[in-house]
Parts: sequence; structure tokens; C-alpha cells
Amino acid sequence: MLVRKVTQNAALCNAVLRLPQSMSGTQRQAGALVAVQSLRPYVSQSAEAVLEKSSASSGVAAKAERVDKKAASVESKSFAVNMFKGQISTSQVFPFPTVLNEEQEQFLRELVGPCSKFFEEVNDPAKNDQLEKVEDQTLEGLKEMGAFGLQVPADLGGVGLNNTQYARLVEIVGLHDLGVGITLGAHQSIGFKGILLFGNEQQKEKYLPKLASGETIAAFCLTEPSSGSDAASIRSVAVQSPCGKYFTLNGSKIWISNGGLAEIFTVFAKTPVKDEKTGEVKDKITAFIVEKSFGGVTHGPPEKKMGIKASNTAEVYFENVRIPAECVLGEIGGGFKVAMNILNNGRFGMAAALSGTMKGVLAKAVDHAANRTQFGNKIHNYGVIQEKMARMAMMQYVTESMAYMVSGNMDSGATDFQIEAAISKIFASEAAWTVTDECIQIMGGMGFMKDAGVERVLRDLRIFRIFEGTNDILRLFVALNGFQNAGNQLKNLQKALKSPFSNAGLLAGEITKRAKRKAGMGTGLTLQGSVHPELAHSGALAVKAIEQFGEVIEELLLKHGKRIIDEQFVLKRVADCAIDLYAMVVVLSRASRSLSQGHSSAQHEKMLCETWCTEAHERIMQDIKFLRSGTSKQIFKNLRAISAAVVENGGVVSPHPLGF
Amino acid sequence: MTGRVLVGVKRVIDYAVKIRVKPDNTGVVTDGVKHSMNPFCEIAVEEAVRLKEKKLVKEVVAVSCGPQQAQETIRTALAMGADRGIHVEVSGKDYESLGPLQVSKILAALAKKEDASLVILGKQAIDDDCNQTGQMTAALLDWPQGTFASEVTLEGDKLKVVREIDGGLETIKINMPAVVTADLRLNTPRYATLPNIMKAKKKKIANVKPGDLGVDVSSRVEVLRVDEPPQRQAGMKVESVEELVGKLKEAGRI
Repeated sequence: MLVRKVTQNAALCNAVLRLPQSMSGTQRQAGALVAVQSLRPYVSQSAEAVLEKSSASSGVAAKAERVDKKAASVESKSFAVNMFKGQISTSQVFPFPTVLNEEQEQFLRELVGPCSKFFEEVNDPAKNDQLEKVEDQTLEGLKEMGAFGLQVPADLGGVGLNNTQYARLVEIVGLHDLGVGITLGAHQSIGFKGILLFGNEQQKEKYLPKLASGETIAAFCLTEPSSGSDAASIRSVAVQSPCGKYFTLNGSKIWISNGGLAEIFTVFAKTPVKDEKTGEVKDKITAFIVEKSFGGVTHGPPEKKMGIKASNTAEVYFENVRIPAECVLGEIGGGFKVAMNILNNGRFGMAAALSGTMKGVLAKAVDHAANRTQFGNKIHNYGVIQEKMARMAMMQYVTESMAYMVSGNMDSGATDFQIEAAISKIFASEAAWTVTDECIQIMGGMGFMKDAGVERVLRDLRIFRIFEGTNDILRLFVALNGFQNAGNQLKNLQKALKSPFSNAGLLAGEITKRAKRKAGMGTGLTLQGSVHPELAHSGALAVKAIEQFGEVIEELLLKHGKRIIDEQFVLKRVADCAIDLYAMVVVLSRASRSLSQGHSSAQHEKMLCETWCTEAHERIMQDIKFLRSGTSKQIFKNLRAISAAVVENGGVVSPHPLGF
Repeated sequence: MTGRVLVGVKRVIDYAVKIRVKPDNTGVVTDGVKHSMNPFCEIAVEEAVRLKEKKLVKEVVAVSCGPQQAQETIRTALAMGADRGIHVEVSGKDYESLGPLQVSKILAALAKKEDASLVILGKQAIDDDCNQTGQMTAALLDWPQGTFASEVTLEGDKLKVVREIDGGLETIKINMPAVVTADLRLNTPRYATLPNIMKAKKKKIANVKPGDLGVDVSSRVEVLRVDEPPQRQAGMKVESVEELVGKLKEAGRI
């Protein structure tokens, strides 16, 4: 019905119909119409939803206007948010961010040297791994170095680095010793980041100077035995005293990095919160700063782990801990937001650290490949090795570009970088695994030996796919965040459909876009002007991928509606596409910058970029084709059934081929 | 006795960098190559800072001669504990031909101007390996010199220097003011920590030109050619003494 209304407008009608007519096949025409028509159920449903809400307030029109204004003001500049809508927002990705002013850059230059030197000459990663702790003198050295307060403001005793500067130094740590990296990261990237982000003046002044000097060490306490990825389900409880002056905390946390070393804990616990309006009491998560000296805080022995052995991981127990009310971090009941913000703000650091790790590992692989002779030739002359090394270099390039893209966005004040940050963490942790694994493969038996120092790296970085949001959860997070934004856009469109005559422009644009896309024509999206002319082809591939991606997102939304949340098989693939797409744009941006600045490595970077874009485009198209096909439905059904059977059977279902 | 120490810090290509000769054989590639403070200069700075920490001297002044980037090297010295810096700006052609004689003239002029009681330098720089600046500076100032120092002790207005010489150690006592050059074992230089690098940002670096000091930096040395060390030729295995002798004769060695 709504569509019929729209078609009363002659201009719009033409917009929809003219284009398909210009195509030869009637099939395509049908397709275009289906696309428009299938908007209907979703659109009308959400129209009802909006109307229901609106009727609650006095004036429907007034409310709608308010909603419009709100929608306009939250229009995101994030590239990732927009790609889910099939749109390109270049402001955050082109040109590649350069956020350091001359002084900041100069300062950073001065820091890099001593920092590298310390890790080259003092820190011994093999020894730390073997001792299962950071050597005392190294830890002391790091504290003197200022490494415990990199982002604490200078007037509070820290080094006062912004995210980009921090990333550059963390990269050095990642290059040398991830175990030390976790000790430092658990302290400042999550341990006391909450105080930096949400602390009030008194809290900052009280805690940050000692934390920055490393006199006290911090830990982040979220995970519990029954609450891992599902962070909202924590059971630790903090009850406010009747006088309101303190809280009593009970509960236990597991796998807490620095748990056995820390004096200051950022702890998340449920607190009963009374709703001001309804008077109803609900449990909500609140963040607290807990000092060990409050009493009742104990910890278990250091956990025995696969990797990052140098870092301390322990259980932490809170038994009737009396927390003064001044130690609430952020608002009472606002703890989940605090936790998510801390994690969102720390993810780029992992990408930066791992880009350093990959750099180091690649150098080891190169050293071996360039010197090892087999069959009368240095092995780097063989195609199989060359492909490995080229892919390693490519993955390092993408990761490094992502890390500094995200840190740059954060430093220029962007607030909607959560999809990008999550992508950078997922990509970095998986790329680092592959790169290190391939390094061992290139080195052969040598790589498997402890002395080569690569097996430690492999063990150390395995955790990066698990902690601070498993990659599986983060994939869902990326996809669902994207869907949510795309869904909101559709809602706006639906609103416009309610009064088609006053919104003719918007509707014409949207419908034309859809029809064009369906007809396989360009939608007018382009990266020309942003991408260097030499990379025009790769840029065009990215645009094509975005168009198709935006379309498939809309199709999936229309098909599944709210139930998309439960379609994890689909969500995973959507996230894969999103990751590939973001990676394409990030390297396009970086390689473009190098080309326009005439870097000596520009042609090399161009090659990295072109190769990446071509292959990523292929992968995205394949995923999209698969999602649209009937095969995917069948495959997902099979996977579900196989898994169910295996679970039912407690393992392998089929009998042994030998029968016993 | 003013208790002021002048320390020379030279910006050189980092020791870990693989040096490449320019295709036209006029020098080595420096563009985009990592530079840092000459390691022997680091030892000199460390020694001066230790003297100051022991309250034996009042001020440590770091000097570097070179282009704009030399300031980075001075900043490192300031982060290690030097109090202020002097950047003697020499660039372009003058910088390319800057040698021990020119630098020692500058240092001598500055030592007088700053009323220094001690000049500590590295025994040599790892780029040109000249090992002359300290000696020349002492000569130009007509001050005593304690070169290749592995131990330095201030005793009143005298300086006890343990020198590393061929086959052992030589202990000498010289009058101040004096010039000392640091050998490898004099001390282990500290790391510039990040908070100290921050503090160093507030320390002052004065900018002077050789002309201001009345120093002519024109060089008397002309570099004709710079070459890579010759590549080692592949050897060969011989079966017998006769063959060996034959091959040696063939090669004109015997």
C-alpha cells in the first residue's frame, strides 16, 4: 500500500521504472520491483512501532520531528557504520589520519629510541617466560622508564601520551615480549583506564600518580567463573549501607591479569538500584575502585598458562570488602557502560602491539629464508616460501594500518569507533597467529625449537583471540552493531514514506539507488578523489564490495527482522565481510598517502594494497553469494545438526572405520 | 674553578644499521637511516652526570655540531641528566667536510667561552673512527689530556685518570682544567627514561654558529672516494700439496 502511494508521485514512479526498463532482461526488472516491494512488510511494521510510541506522547507530529532531529544529529561519520548502510563516509578514513603535531611527533621520536633499547638490552623474554614472571630488575627498569603511566597526564606523574603515541610504544613492547605487554596492558590499558576515562578529579589525583610510577599496580576485574563473554551476568554483589557511605562487596573473579600483583582493582559488581520513577529495585552493574588495603581482598596462586607466562594471572576474592562510596567509578548502575568503554578504548592497543609482534616474526622468517640453502638455492627463491612471506607482509601492513587508523580517529575526537576497534582486535589477533605460524613453518624444525624464540610468541599471542572479548563475540558485535545502524536508516526511510510528497527528494534518491543496485549499475558511490589515481582499480573494487554489502545487509534485515540477532551463522559471515571491507579501505588510504607523498616504498605499498584488495573483494563477493544462495540455508542447517549430534553423543558420532 | 663540564655529543648512524655506500661513492647513505648518539659520547655524558650527582661539578653542558637533527642528540643528553645544550649549527657542505680539527676548534672556543673546568668527550666516533678530537682540543687549549679513560676521579683541582693503554692500565694525575676522552669501560650509560625525556623538553638549547665563535670550519681534507669493503672471494679446495703450490704460483703468490 505504501508503495502504491509512492508510485502516485510520477517522478518517483519514473525513477523506479525507467531504470529497469533500460535493461534488457525482464528478470532484472522484476528484481527491482521485488526489492522495492519487499521493503513493505518491514517498513509498515516499524511504522506501526513508531506510531505506537508516538501516540503515547501528546503530539504525534511534534514527536516525529524530535525523532528526526535526533536521527540527524547522530548521523555517524564512522566508515564502518556507513558501510553497513551501503554508504561511504570518507571523513574518518581519507586521508590517512595524521594527528601528531610537530611537538608530539618530536617527543615520540625521542621516546622510541630509549624504549627500544631497553627491550633490546635489558629485557629477556625467554627468561621471563621460563621464570613465569617479569624479572625483578626489568620490572623496576620499566617503572623507572615511565612505562606504567604512558597515558596518565604529565601533571599527574605520567608521560601524557595520546593514543597514537601510546600505540607506537606498545608496538615496541609487542615486538619484543607480549608477556611484559600484558603486564603493562592489564595495568594501564584496562586496569586503571576506568579512572582515566570516568574518574572524578579526586579519584584521579588520589590514584593516578602512584599508578603512573608503578608504585601501585592495577587490575581489571570483570570475568567470573560463571560469567565470561556474557559480562552482564556477573554475580559479585556490592550492597550499599543504609547510611549510604559505603558498599559491601562480595564475590570472586577469575583469570585476572596482575591479580596477584595489584593494589588497585577496577571491580564490576551488581548493586541493587532503585528506579526513581517506579520505585522498583533492580540489580545493575556498578564499577568500583577497590584498594587491597580496604581488607577482605585476597588472591589465588598464579595460574599455569599456555603463554604470556611472564604476566601474572590469578583469581581474586572479595569477602565483605568495605568500599567507601567515593570509590564508585562513574555512576551507580552505570558499570556496564564503564566496562564496555574501557574495553573499546583499549582494543587499538592490541592491534598496535601485534603489528609489532608480526614485524619481529617476519624479520626472523626473512633471516632464515634468505640464508637457508636447500636444493642448491636459498629457500626465499621458492614460490611456496615467497607466497608465505608476501602474505605475512600484507597482514602486517593491514594490521599496522588499522591500529594507527583507529588510534588516529580516537585522537581526533571520534566517539563512534567501536566497530573499527573491534575489527582491529579481531584482525590483528588472527593475522598475528597466522604470521607466526607461517614463520615457524618457514623455519621448519628450527622454528619448532625453543631457542628460535618463535614458539613462545605463538603461545603468547594465542590468548589475544580469546581475551578482552573473544573474536567470536566481537564478530557478533561488529555485525549486530552494523545491522542496528542499517536498521535505523531503514526506519528513517519508512518515516519519509509516510509523507512521500514532502520527502520526495529522499525517497527518489533511495529508490533510485536500490533500483540501480539491483540492476547492477553503479549507484554513484565512488572513492575517486580520495584514493590515489594509481589505486583507482582497487578503489573501484572496494566501492563494488560496499554496494553489494549494503544491499545484502538490507536484504538480510528485511528477511530476518529482529530475529537477525539469532542468526549467528549469518552474522559471522557478515562480520567477515565487514572486516575484509574495512581492511581494504584502510590499506587504500595508507597506500594512497604513500603514493601522493612519494615515499620510497610507495610502489611496494601499492602492490600490497592491490593484492589485498583483489583477494578481499573476491572473498566478500563469495560470502555474499553464499549468503544469498539456497546452499547457505542448507549448510547452516547441516552444521547445526552435526553439532547437535556431536553434543548429544559427547563427541564423535560415527563409528571407527575399523569397527572398534 | 667553575665546576662546569662541557660534554661533546655526536650524532652518528646507529651502530645497528647496516651501512650502505652512496652509488656515486661520495659517502654513505644517511637519508632515512636511523641515527643515535655515538656510544662513546653516551659514556662521556654518563660520566659528567655522575660527577654532577656526586656534587663534584655544578653544571653539565652538552654540545653537538651538526644540522638541525643534532638537537635530537642533545635532547638525549639532556634526558640523561645534562643541564643545558649548545647546538653549533653546521650544515650542508660544511657539515659533510666537518672533521676533528674543525670540531676541536669549536669545542676549544666553547670551553673558553663557557669557562669550563673539564671537557669530556668520547674517545672516538663510530662513524669516522678518527680518535683525534679530544687530543686536538687539548692541544688547542693547551690543557692536559687524559685520553682512553676507564676511571676518572676528581681530587681537589687535580684529576686522576686511569687510562687503557696497550697491554694494561696507566694511572696519571693531571691538572684541571683538562680534557678527558672516555673509553668503553669507564661506565655503563643509563637509559633515558620517558619522564626524564619529558623534563628535558624544558631544558634550554642555545643555538650558535661557528662564525659566532670565531671558528673557520673550512676543511683541509678532500674525500676522494668511499668504497664498500671488498667482498670476500670464494676459496677453493685442493687435493694435494703439489696442486696447492701450483695454484699459488699461478696466482703469483710465490
